[in-house]
Amino acid sequence: MIRFDTVTKRYPDGTVAVDGLDLIAPSGRITVFVGPSGCGKTTSLRMINRMIDITSGRIWLDDVDTATVDEPTLRRGIGYVIQNAGLFPHRTIEDNIATVPYLLGWDRRKARARSLELMERVGLSTGFAKRYPAQLSGGQQQRVGVARALAADPPVMLMDEPFSAVDPVVRSELQDEFLRLQSELGKTIVFVTHDIDEAVKLGDQIAVLRVGGVLAQLATPDELLTDPVDDFVAGFVGRDRGYRALAFSSAALTPTDEPTVSLGDDARAVAAVAQHGWALALDGDHRPIGWVRAAALTDGKVVGPDLLHRGGTVAPASGTLRELLDASLSAPSGRGVLVDESGAFVGTVTAAEVATVIDDELAERRESGGNRRGEYGGHGAGGSIGGPE
Amino acid sequence: MIDFIRDRPDDLIAWTWAHVWLSVLPIVLGLVIAVPLGWVAARYRWTYPPLTNLAGLLYTIPSLALFVVMPSVIGTKILSPINVVVALTVYTVALLVRVVADALNAISPEVRASATAMGFTGFGRFLRVELPIAVPVIVAGLRVAAVSNVSLVSVAALIGVSQLGSLFTEGFQRNVLGLVLLGIVLCLLLALVLDVLIVAAGRLLTPWQRAVRS
Repeated sequence: MIRFDTVTKRYPDGTVAVDGLDLIAPSGRITVFVGPSGCGKTTSLRMINRMIDITSGRIWLDDVDTATVDEPTLRRGIGYVIQNAGLFPHRTIEDNIATVPYLLGWDRRKARARSLELMERVGLSTGFAKRYPAQLSGGQQQRVGVARALAADPPVMLMDEPFSAVDPVVRSELQDEFLRLQSELGKTIVFVTHDIDEAVKLGDQIAVLRVGGVLAQLATPDELLTDPVDDFVAGFVGRDRGYRALAFSSAALTPTDEPTVSLGDDARAVAAVAQHGWALALDGDHRPIGWVRAAALTDGKVVGPDLLHRGGTVAPASGTLRELLDASLSAPSGRGVLVDESGAFVGTVTAAEVATVIDDELAERRESGGNRRGEYGGHGAGGSIGGPE
Repeated sequence: MIDFIRDRPDDLIAWTWAHVWLSVLPIVLGLVIAVPLGWVAARYRWTYPPLTNLAGLLYTIPSLALFVVMPSVIGTKILSPINVVVALTVYTVALLVRVVADALNAISPEVRASATAMGFTGFGRFLRVELPIAVPVIVAGLRVAAVSNVSLVSVAALIGVSQLGSLFTEGFQRNVLGLVLLGIVLCLLLALVLDVLIVAAGRLLTPWQRAVRS
C-alpha cells in the first residue's frame, strides 16, 4: 500500500505542482494517475521514490515513511518504468534487466539467469540477451523496460507513461500483456498516463488530477464513466463515456443458434439457411470465417474465400455488453457472432437483444439509487477501492 | 634530408620520442582534468557559461606566448619541457571541457531518470551510465586535441625544447628545405598514429556503437 498524506509540491518560484494530495494506492492493485499536462501526475509519481522532494506532507510505503529511507535503498526496492523505456544504450539487454540486481550485489551468474527468466516472462526471445537496446524495436524495448523494473521482484512498481511512445497496435498488445503479468504478480502499481482510455483499461482505480495538482476524483473506471463528479472530470473522461461504460458490464443473454454453411456449399444450401439474405460460414473447426450474401451465389458459384464478408467483429459468448453490441453493429447481417473460448461458433445476437439487456440494467440502476458512488468511501480525496485504512 | 638521417639518427630518434611524450602526456592530463570540469559544467548549469567561455578564451592565447610566460606563472626554468606539457594541457582542457559537458548534456533525460530511479548513487550513475555513454563524443574531441597537440608541440622548438619541430628551425637556419619536409612528414605520421590509437581505444570501449539492428 502506498499512502499520500496531504502531499504538496511547491517549487521555489511559487508554482504549486501538487496540492494537498491524499490518497491510497492499495496493495496488489493498479492505481492510475490521469489528467492533462501540468496536473502534477508525474510529479506525484516521482515523489514516491523521492526523485522529486516533497515540500510538505508524507508518503508511506505500508508503514514506512519514505522520507526516513535513504534514496538509493528506497529506489532499489521500487520498480520503475519510464516512457521510451530509458534503457542504457551501452549495456546489453540482459545487463540492462540486471541493473538493480547488480546494484544489490547479486553475483553475475544469478543476475543474468534472472534476466533470462524475466525476458521469457515479458514475452521476449532470450536470443535478444546479448543484443543492445538500439537493435530492438520500440515495443521490444518497452518490454525490456518492464523486465528491468521487475528484476529484483519489488512489491511496488511505478510506471510513467510507459506505453505512450509506441504505435496503437503495439500499445494495445503491451497493455494486454501487462494486465496478464499483473494478474500473475499482483504488484502494487502506480501508473501515470494522459490517455483516459488507457486509464480505464488498466486501472483498478483511477485518480483524475486537475491542473495545479488537485485530486478531482478517485474512482473505479466504471464509476468514473457512469458518474463523473463535475464538468472537468466529465469533459476529461470524454464524450462517448456512456458507450464505453458498457465495457464493464458482462451480458446475461442467451445467443441464438443458427444453421451455418461451409466452404464449397452451393447456392441452394446457402439459400436454405440464410436469414435476411445472409448466412454465416464456418471452417472445419467450427470457427466463423465470414458472412455470405445468398444473392451473390449466381451462375453455379459456391461459397469461397472471395465471397466472404469479414467486416463483423467476433465477441466471446461471455463478453462485455460493449463487445456484444460492437459485434452486432459491425456484422453485415446485423447479427453479432459469438464464440466460445476455443473460438468455435456459439450463436448470434442482434443489437436489439443487447439493447434490451442494457435497458434492464439501466432500470436496475435507477431503482437502486442512480449511482454507486456512495459505496466507495467518497469520490474525492481519501477514498480508495479498499476503503480508507 | 638523407644526409641528416644518416649522420644524426640519434637526434632524430630522440626528437621523435620527445615529440611523442610532449604531445601524449598533455592529452592524458587534459582528459583527466576536463572530465570532472565538464561534469560540473553539465551538472550545475550556471557554471556552464563561465567554464566554457574561459576555456574558449584560453584556447585563443597564442601557443608561443603561453610557452614564454609559463615559467613566470608556475616557476619553472625557461628551457624546461614542463612548460610545454602544462601549456598543452591547458589547451587540451580548454578543448575538452565543452566537449565533455555537451556529451553529458546530450544523454536522454529518460536514461538519466531511469538510472536515478534504479537506485544508482550520483557518482555511480556518472561512472557507470553517463560517462560510458559520453565516450563516443569525448573520443571525437580527443582526436582533435591529439592532432592539434602534435602540431603545437613543434612550436616549442622556438623556445629551445627539442623535438621534431627542431627540424623546422634547423632546416630554416641552414636553408635545407629537405629537413622541413622531413619534419612535416614525421609530424603527420605521428598525428596519424595517435589518431588511429584513439579511434581503436574508442571502439574497444563502445562495442554497443557498432551493434547494428538486424
